[in-house]
Amino acid sequence: MTAEIIRLEGVSRHYQMGDETIRALDGVDLSIFRNEYVAVIGASGSGKSTLMNILGCLDRPSGGLYRLNDTEVEGLSDSELSAVRNKEIGFIFQSFNLLPRATALQNVIQPLIYAGMSRHERRERAMAALKQVGLEKREGHLPNQLSGGQRQRVAIARALVTNPAIILADEPTGNLDSSTTAEIMALFDKLIESGQTIIIVTHEPEIADHCRRVITISDGRIVGDTGSKGGAA
Amino acid sequence: MNRYLESLALALSALKANLLRSILTTLGIIVGVASVITVVSVMQGFTDSITKQFENMGSNTLLIKPYVPFKERIVGKRARLTISDYEAISRAVDGIDMIIPVVFQAPGQLRYKGEQTSLQYYIGTVAGYDELNNFYPQKGRFLIPSDDTYRRRVVVLGADIRKDLKLPADPAGEYVEFNGQWYKVVGEMEQQDSTLGFSQDNMLIMPFQTAVALLRDKASENMQFMIRVKNVDEVPRVHDQVSRLLRKRHHIGKRDTDDFRIETSEQIKERFESILDAMTYVVAAIVGISLVVGGIGIMNIMLVSVTERTREIGICKALGATRADILIQFLAEAVILCLLGGVIGIAIGYGLGALVGALVPTIPEIVVPVWAILLSLGFSSLIGILFGIVPASKAANLDPIVALHYE
Ligand SMILES: Nc1ncnc2c1ncn2[C@@H]1O[C@H](COP(=O)(O)OP(=O)(O)OP(=O)(O)O)[C@@H](O)[C@H]1O
Ligand SMILES: [Mg+2]
Repeated sequence: MTAEIIRLEGVSRHYQMGDETIRALDGVDLSIFRNEYVAVIGASGSGKSTLMNILGCLDRPSGGLYRLNDTEVEGLSDSELSAVRNKEIGFIFQSFNLLPRATALQNVIQPLIYAGMSRHERRERAMAALKQVGLEKREGHLPNQLSGGQRQRVAIARALVTNPAIILADEPTGNLDSSTTAEIMALFDKLIESGQTIIIVTHEPEIADHCRRVITISDGRIVGDTGSKGGAA
Repeated sequence: MNRYLESLALALSALKANLLRSILTTLGIIVGVASVITVVSVMQGFTDSITKQFENMGSNTLLIKPYVPFKERIVGKRARLTISDYEAISRAVDGIDMIIPVVFQAPGQLRYKGEQTSLQYYIGTVAGYDELNNFYPQKGRFLIPSDDTYRRRVVVLGADIRKDLKLPADPAGEYVEFNGQWYKVVGEMEQQDSTLGFSQDNMLIMPFQTAVALLRDKASENMQFMIRVKNVDEVPRVHDQVSRLLRKRHHIGKRDTDDFRIETSEQIKERFESILDAMTYVVAAIVGISLVVGGIGIMNIMLVSVTERTREIGICKALGATRADILIQFLAEAVILCLLGGVIGIAIGYGLGALVGALVPTIPEIVVPVWAILLSLGFSSLIGILFGIVPASKAANLDPIVALHYE
């Protein structure tokens, strides 16, 4: 079974800076299928983050068509977009972006609150997610009581706890050393094995090699794609 | 609903993280609420005692007393009622059930077996005064008509006198010396409620004619008449008739104002209440201003807080928070801040009221009325919503990307 999770047609994102129009994305066509393991590479400023933000419904395209899980994103209201971010997407950032005053467990619970889940179920699922990333013993720690790698693992637990259609990671290992990077990649591998779909933005060739599909972006356009293997590999 | 309750928990944790700042922020609210509670509790104490006082006087009772406006009094004009005024009213006005004269006299010295006390005042009146004022003897008897007819030298003591003079438990039959004359004690009055915190029981009552005999001048500024009208419906008519009679007797020209005043218990109560009302408005104005100032303080700190937490807001939006989630979280924070100020203010206000009560013995017992507490809390919440809405909607309307990239 191959299902198209993401479909972009002619998606662009323009910024108006005075007289100049910056084309951060310029007519991007892209399909991503279930259980794909995709790396997005490209020079700094090429538009990788812009693409991820649009895929993650944090930003809206200036033009073109974005369909996520058979839903046209363009027609969605603000609160519907919130619901999509909550249920369909797990976002992982380079700078972790954990809530600073919340413990590891509370951070993982937070998206489940917005999902309207009961207190008991929230806790169960958050604990299970923490266990998946090997941090069940650190549930009570605040972010500043965790190492960089541990923080990113909490962020991963938080991204996958809602069981999203896709996980988007924008340079997830950018702030980590090579051994921690390997741990994080091992975690992603495990998620892929369990059927998850993942897109990783990276500057590191080893990580790109690790993924099954590599998309290259330059000046807001896709200039290289090793191609979809049609999901299950 | 569940998810909004969680916003509350988030708001609480944010406030806890900045506890000192939070409390300082609410200072305006604290001051506002504390002053309401202090003033209201002290005033409530007064009102209660005044109201109780006049409940004793029935609604078919009229009080007639000499009256000169303050303006004219300072240029030396005086007003008086006389015994013949009393007799004229008794004769000429219909519908009167009972009329009694009361003469108030200034302090005097009272002695008994080597003990002595200074009276606040004494009253000369007749049988029936006890009934009209709903104020009865607790020991012995009150004055009887023959006391007045024969100008007997008898007195009924106020409730405080016996203790001061170390009189026996039943003072009836003892003799006391008052301003150099001997009087026989026939009874002791019950305790009265204090007016504005002043005890009124350091006094005595003697027959009207006995008291008048002591007066140099038979017309007194301190003479009053109390009238009980047979039928409540006739109060206005009796009021009118007495007024016309007295104007004629006092030769008051058509354009001139009365030199007496006829009051019903209602009017007396209303006069007190209008003074209290005026005070209430002044207090309300002060409180309103301090609450608005407090609200602006809250708004200010909330705006700072939103800016500080811009990134957090971005994170929450990325995790699926809607505008409403963020709005409610920050509104809850503002309301909790204000309620915190309100609760601290109520505690401080109660403390201050109790302190005033303890320091000034003439102030009656301090009670904080429930309505004042509810009103304070309600107002605090309202201020929280009113001044929290701007920062909260600023937070709610943040663009997720902009918020996430905020440094
Ligand atoms: N808010 C903005 N306003 C104006 N221009 C922007 C804005 N955000 C991004 N851009 C521009 O869009 C282009 C793409 O930016 P983007 O962040 O997507 O690059 P990137 O590929 O993620 O780079 P890096 O590898 O450094 O993270 C850049 O030229 C950037 O200057
Ligand atoms: Mg980037």
